[in-house]
Amino acid sequence: MKPTLETLTAQFGRLVPESVSAPTPAPAPVAAASVPAAPAATLAAPVPAAPVTPAVPAAPPPSPIQVTSHAAKGYDLDITVPPQEVAAAALILDHDGFALDTVTGVDWLAQNQMEVVYDYFHPTVPLRVVVRTRLPRATPELPTISNVFPGANWHERETHDFYGIRFTGHPNLKPFLLPEDANFHPLRKDYQP
Amino acid sequence: MIAEKNFVPAPGADPSRPASAPGETFVLNLGPQHPAAHGVLRVLMTMDGEWIQRAEPIIGYIHRMHEKMGENRTWAKFLPNTSRIDYLSAMHYTHAFVGAVERAMKIEVPLRAEYARVITSELNRISSHMVWWGALLLDLGGFTPILYAFDDREKILDLLEGLCGARLTYCYYRFGGLYNDVDDAFLQGTRDFVKHMQPRLKMYRDLVTDNIILRQRLTGIGAISAEMCRKYGATGPVIRGSGVAYDVRRAEPYSVYPKLEFKVPTYPECDSMARYLVRMDEMEESLKIIGQALDQIPAGPFMAAKVPRVLKLPPGDTCYAVEAARGRFMIRIVSDGKEMPYRVKLRTPSFSNLSLYEEASQGMILPDALAMMGSLDLVIPDIDR
Repeated sequence: MKPTLETLTAQFGRLVPESVSAPTPAPAPVAAASVPAAPAATLAAPVPAAPVTPAVPAAPPPSPIQVTSHAAKGYDLDITVPPQEVAAAALILDHDGFALDTVTGVDWLAQNQMEVVYDYFHPTVPLRVVVRTRLPRATPELPTISNVFPGANWHERETHDFYGIRFTGHPNLKPFLLPEDANFHPLRKDYQP
Repeated sequence: MIAEKNFVPAPGADPSRPASAPGETFVLNLGPQHPAAHGVLRVLMTMDGEWIQRAEPIIGYIHRMHEKMGENRTWAKFLPNTSRIDYLSAMHYTHAFVGAVERAMKIEVPLRAEYARVITSELNRISSHMVWWGALLLDLGGFTPILYAFDDREKILDLLEGLCGARLTYCYYRFGGLYNDVDDAFLQGTRDFVKHMQPRLKMYRDLVTDNIILRQRLTGIGAISAEMCRKYGATGPVIRGSGVAYDVRRAEPYSVYPKLEFKVPTYPECDSMARYLVRMDEMEESLKIIGQALDQIPAGPFMAAKVPRVLKLPPGDTCYAVEAARGRFMIRIVSDGKEMPYRVKLRTPSFSNLSLYEEASQGMILPDALAMMGSLDLVIPDIDR
């Protein structure tokens, strides 16, 4: 069966935990309900209209599963998972016949976080999926996916070289593109040569 | 097709030749300065006689850290870097970078520029495949073809030099268009080249592709299944030689490729010969694309109006993939709204194509494994970046 955006969204909906995915659909109906209520109240009694508007909650956190426009972003589906779920995400995509495009990191120094981004493409279906996760900068550690996609072995070694992100369970996490005695991680934003 | 092959079973596969004990194997260091490795690639091989038990590629000898360079210069200043990653496929790589920036900035590229990009990209694909073809045959012991290949390639280099001044590391594309317009001399020269190249490809087919020695060296050797390609992310002629019609020009259409008719050649045999034939067919398809683009190229501007001199991309990430000569080249840019990129990730095809070598070369004899490496068409700076 060929994967579609709908089947993938459903599969990842089960993977992403309730605590993260639940708030996004939930506040929408609440906010929608409170907005029609507000004009009704103002019509009845115009004086207490002011306190009603701040009651609308601040913008909800972005949904962990986002369908994006390929023409605008270069990928069709953007999924944020907790670090321990990257292998489960890889298994879902492997089962659907996706191929590993690349694995890379981004150092968000201001937020004190490291981001790990997994890109996937499909050899026969025009779909591009991005799986991303955030790690604390002090202990950047997450499970390897090289047992699901052996091609991730090299990509993870490279990411370890550049960012010092440790992939637990990786068979061979030694320096790869950097010299064999390298003890620095050049793509960290606080790296000083 | 050659039905019979002078097949020698690997140790252990034949009961009359038991597998060697661990102490009987030896380590063979290939490279990093080995002519068959096409650059500074080192392969650490554990050999059992002439059979490979394990071949571990060791890379990084010409690592230049282009990704860090991307973070300490402006978007425009990084553009020349992209043509130096895979020096045989510079047009495609610059295309991916300008494409990513244009996608993030929502810059509309004029149609004339898009057609010129397709023409120059396909010319670059042919010149790249000619180098691969000559070098592969050189590896296999045939010296003459590379002289023919470089003769044809020279014509392409002359055309592109007239257009942008560079013969190898082109920096012809700009954010929003081109460095300069394609002139009549280039268009006429390209027409003449298409006429010249078609009979040459036929000659190469008769003289080389159907040569029994070449067939014996490549047919049935170096099996890479479609599943292995998928698991390792191998693309380009490697996956198409495994029977999967994956081509970024069709899977993630960009530029004016949707308006052009061309086939995606595939061969289901999964061997070195299949990868060879895919590239030979691809050159014919490229000539067809060039011919159509020359007929369709409209008059008009070659640069988008009002592209700011100092680019500040909106925050967020953007990807752009192109079909380079070796496969899928994807660039992932992350911007934080400042003048310089926050992150530039270069996903190169040779890196993924080589990563399957350790698994694919197990149990092969050394000369076959080197022929298989030639059929992967590696460019080492593309792997090391």
